[in-house]
Amino acid sequence: MELTTLTIREIRDALVQKRTSAEELVRAHLAQIESDDKEVRAYLSLSPERALVQARRIDQKVAAGEPLPPLAGVPTAVKDVILTKGSRTTCASRILENYLAPYDATAVERLEAAGACILGKTNCDEFAMGSSTENSGFFATHNPVDLTRVPGGSSGGSAAAVAANMATVALGSDTGGSIRQPAAFCGIVGMMGTYGRVSRYGLVAFASSLDHIGPFGRSVRDVALVLRTIAGRDPMDSTSADVPVPDYEAELDRDVRGLRVGVPMEYFKGLNPEIGANIQKAIDLYANLGCKIESITLPHTDYAISCYYIICTAEASSNLARYDGVRYGFRSPEYSGLRDMYRKTRDRGFGAEVKRRIMLGTHVLSSGYYDAYYLKAQKVRTLIARDFLEAFDDVDVIVVPTSPVPPFKLGERVDDPLQMYLADIYTVTASLAGIPGISVPCGKMRSEPHLPVGIQIFAKHFDEARLLQAAHAFEKAGGFQIA
Amino acid sequence: MALTEKDVRYVAELAHLELTEEEVKKFLPQLDSILAYMQKLNELDTTNVEPMAQVTYAAAENPALRPDVPRATFTPAEALSNAPEPGANCFKVPQVIEKD
Repeated sequence: MELTTLTIREIRDALVQKRTSAEELVRAHLAQIESDDKEVRAYLSLSPERALVQARRIDQKVAAGEPLPPLAGVPTAVKDVILTKGSRTTCASRILENYLAPYDATAVERLEAAGACILGKTNCDEFAMGSSTENSGFFATHNPVDLTRVPGGSSGGSAAAVAANMATVALGSDTGGSIRQPAAFCGIVGMMGTYGRVSRYGLVAFASSLDHIGPFGRSVRDVALVLRTIAGRDPMDSTSADVPVPDYEAELDRDVRGLRVGVPMEYFKGLNPEIGANIQKAIDLYANLGCKIESITLPHTDYAISCYYIICTAEASSNLARYDGVRYGFRSPEYSGLRDMYRKTRDRGFGAEVKRRIMLGTHVLSSGYYDAYYLKAQKVRTLIARDFLEAFDDVDVIVVPTSPVPPFKLGERVDDPLQMYLADIYTVTASLAGIPGISVPCGKMRSEPHLPVGIQIFAKHFDEARLLQAAHAFEKAGGFQIA
Repeated sequence: MALTEKDVRYVAELAHLELTEEEVKKFLPQLDSILAYMQKLNELDTTNVEPMAQVTYAAAENPALRPDVPRATFTPAEALSNAPEPGANCFKVPQVIEKD
């Protein structure tokens, strides 16, 4: 049995029927990482002891005939912006190179309580700022489907690990598309729940009103199972929502006949035509499944990039003020006086993109510019959220492309930050509105048939069950291999 | 170009970033083009639009306040475990106040 390509369900069956053990599963994944991660470079650090201790605990339960928790023995990767107690959590930044997390993020705690085995921490853009994982302070991750290309970002390491069978599922974080875009680039499933659906406790803050933790997997069912485990109110995060968490898996197979699927015209201009062709086939597939396709409009889409980059940099400049070389992290060895220590520490510790965003955020919040940029952006955010609320009066889900471009070559875009930002156009909108979004595979590029295309589905706030149904129906109907 | 090198240095000062000459020169056109792009928002009339300061409006209100009861938290050793320069149960920083 090939242990590294199993789904969560298959793992469970194999454990219950004693065809394998959790320890064998963990060891098979560590071996896969050992052989393949030299080229992909998805992981920043590994935690074999932690994974094996947990695996033996699961194997004891099997031996004792005890009931297994929902994610028993599932090899899991965690993005390195999410705290794992006692092990390095660097945010892929030199400034936190030696930081040992003093506690577990709630999402990590819940995964382990559900039986998951944490294999290690994955690479990302520094502090989750970027769309290619090239902004890591340590090294770039390569896309497992084409090593000359980026895996997307910022959660590129988590996406690459799952795509390359170096983990069954993974946690990422999504602020403006950082789960959904790498999922599309690596040909897997990635989901961001409603804002507040998953506790942010233990997620290192980038832009607090936009940050989410969410799952990656190779199937919609696996993503549904992980989401259910990590979702729900957490007293440690006052923005986590007190909304019941349905059994997403139990509702996956509900019939999608009659489902109203909205297609907003704004998401089809400036789009790579081959991606557009695949999305059109996906829409046809939904029509064939008996869904009602409705043309809709989200008129403020064009303003989303400006709005997003004002708000996220403003919040980042404030959140990253804490890295001052006093309480944790790197401190510059040479300085004269306190202010100079702050400045030298931050200059040496942060990479170029993080500095650029701190500068932008500081500028848009500074005296004389606050109203023109920050306050204006907050008002436009209201308009963008309102577009979605109005659209959801008429439709149940919205389908759009995940990225306007296929995975690009490493180094191709690093020198033009604005071009890099503009490619986030289809993902930042849901982040601003706070609605859930999922990206699932939608065939391959016609001209380069190894490169995956992603399709994104949005639903209204806390309607993740419907989102997952629509995604699952698409998967079952062969949508992932659409051609 | 609307932004000047002086503006870039001023913002760096506010952000506690020590930028090199090369960084100032590199960031200036990049920040300028991004800020120019952001001006796009001025096309929209937002006179009667409320700013979206909260994202959680879609959920029922949280009981944001909890009873103020003491609970276990970090020990001083845990709190200092990642400090670049701990000492005497404190975070050490360069001298701030001059002795006379």
